[in-house]
Amino acid sequence: MTNTSTKGKVLWAIVSVLVLVYALFPVFSILATSFKTPSDLTSGKFLPSSGTATTSNYEQILVGDAQGLFLSALRNSVGIALIATFIAVVLATLCAYAIARLDFPGKKVILTTALAVSIFPVISIVTPLFNLWRTIGLYDTWLGLIIPYLSLTLPISIWTLAAFFRQIPWELEQAAQVDGATTWQAFRKAIVPLAAPGVFTTAIIAFFIAWNDFVYGISLTSTEAARTVPAALAFFTGASQFESPTGAISAAAIIVTIPVVLLVLLFQRQIVSGLTSGAVKG
Amino acid sequence: MDVGKGNGNGKKPRKQYSDRARAERRLGWMLAGPAFLVMLAVTLYPILQAVYDSLFQFRLTAPEERAFIGVENYAVILTDPVWWIALRTTVFITVVTVVVELVLGFALALVMHKALKSVRGPLRTAILVPYGIITVVSAFAWFYAFDINSGYVNNWFSWVPGIDENLNWFAQGGTALFVIMASEIWKTTPFISLLLLAGLAQVPDELTEAAKVDGATWWEQMRKVVIPNMKAAIMVAVLFRALDAFRIFDNVFIMTNGAYGTEVLSLLAYRQSISRLEIGLGSAVSVLLFVCVLLICFVAIKLFKVDLAGSQGGK
Repeated sequence: MTNTSTKGKVLWAIVSVLVLVYALFPVFSILATSFKTPSDLTSGKFLPSSGTATTSNYEQILVGDAQGLFLSALRNSVGIALIATFIAVVLATLCAYAIARLDFPGKKVILTTALAVSIFPVISIVTPLFNLWRTIGLYDTWLGLIIPYLSLTLPISIWTLAAFFRQIPWELEQAAQVDGATTWQAFRKAIVPLAAPGVFTTAIIAFFIAWNDFVYGISLTSTEAARTVPAALAFFTGASQFESPTGAISAAAIIVTIPVVLLVLLFQRQIVSGLTSGAVKG
Repeated sequence: MDVGKGNGNGKKPRKQYSDRARAERRLGWMLAGPAFLVMLAVTLYPILQAVYDSLFQFRLTAPEERAFIGVENYAVILTDPVWWIALRTTVFITVVTVVVELVLGFALALVMHKALKSVRGPLRTAILVPYGIITVVSAFAWFYAFDINSGYVNNWFSWVPGIDENLNWFAQGGTALFVIMASEIWKTTPFISLLLLAGLAQVPDELTEAAKVDGATWWEQMRKVVIPNMKAAIMVAVLFRALDAFRIFDNVFIMTNGAYGTEVLSLLAYRQSISRLEIGLGSAVSVLLFVCVLLICFVAIKLFKVDLAGSQGGK
């Protein structure tokens, strides 16, 4: 199908605009809400009324009364998600390398286990963990979230990486060895550069998933010690008993959305290939 | 050490092969084992614990009253209409969202697949944005848009019969479910359309060209050539999404917290164990929810197999 005709171009322009509106409108919606003053929130308008747009909501959560609540949640979220991602990617890289490269019985068992783990309803795991964590003192700690986050990030990391690694031409390693490189040199020079993009992509996807978690976040934490951003948003209360925290929640939502959207923008090509190769070709 | 030698001597005669195979086997499990063990520890162990706990009358607030009661918790749940209403709501949400997402996701995948080179990149990026948004954030975005106080939807759509400025979307089951499902669909359609895009890319162009030459309409090309050729991608997308939708929690928690007939199974389990500290009952709900998910998988795999065999037989 050649799309060179003017009519085709107009049609594509319309379709593109529709898709852009569909994908981005809710984001703009919360962005607009985050700039509204408390009195403007009930105006029933999409944008802040002219001249009243304010950054006070951002001030409230970054330097104001809600600062402690939001910034500690942000620190917890970043720290816990990064550590969980790191552990999952390291373990998954070793595992996926073995699956793609070595011949050993039980590969199928490992991949099936990963699939089974990823279909577990999180809420089914959280009940016993809640009880256990309270007994052994992991409740409301970073480690108490990092461990269950592995159940979210490990399976998809293994599947995605195994799919990536299967596409690597492993003969290159042997070729390098024939050319006189040691085993380690051959691996590092020939394989690592090919594998690195897959590992990196997997890390981004795993980070998304950990960053998105809500059930573990609200169930296994109770204070600022470990409560993550999604959980903090849900338990956020306004400046006073009588003020609903709509503006502050919207501002917080925008702040935690920006880094993720930037990651998506920067690495969209890799993310797409990672998601689809893990799921479809796996 | 053996391992390195084993690899280096890979080209040795057959006699050595078993040694090499054994070394490779050991290395394989050494590398893959940790991940495998961690997965078992963080999921299998808690699930077994849940099965065990579900056989007890056990409240965290009254630990001394803990007593073995067999399957009584299950009897309590399965005879309580609350369970069945939550199950019905969950199944309803799952079916509606998956169907809508499949249609919408397919349309978006077609757009991305056929788009002009110049707009393909931006379109794909835009479609990925909802995937990157935290579910809780998306839930708040939709909630505030429809909320009777802070929302603009009532204002904008007051011309639609049934919508006026006094419509409180979150005070009745039907409208609340509508918003819950809309936000779920918005947030997760990108995932399904990416899988379908990958499926579309695997359909050979010659087949559609040939169909076109034979005078097939666009719809006939889709129905007879494109869709049958991407059946695997469609099945994978539907299965993953159905399992995910069945576990829906975040949106409901934020928007209604289960009020007005919007309670879903995950929320029921959460309320029993985390809010009410009824560990016994909550565990039983968790186990039942897990059994439901297994059933979905089982049915899907059965259907999938039948389908695969059928399409192979047909050719």
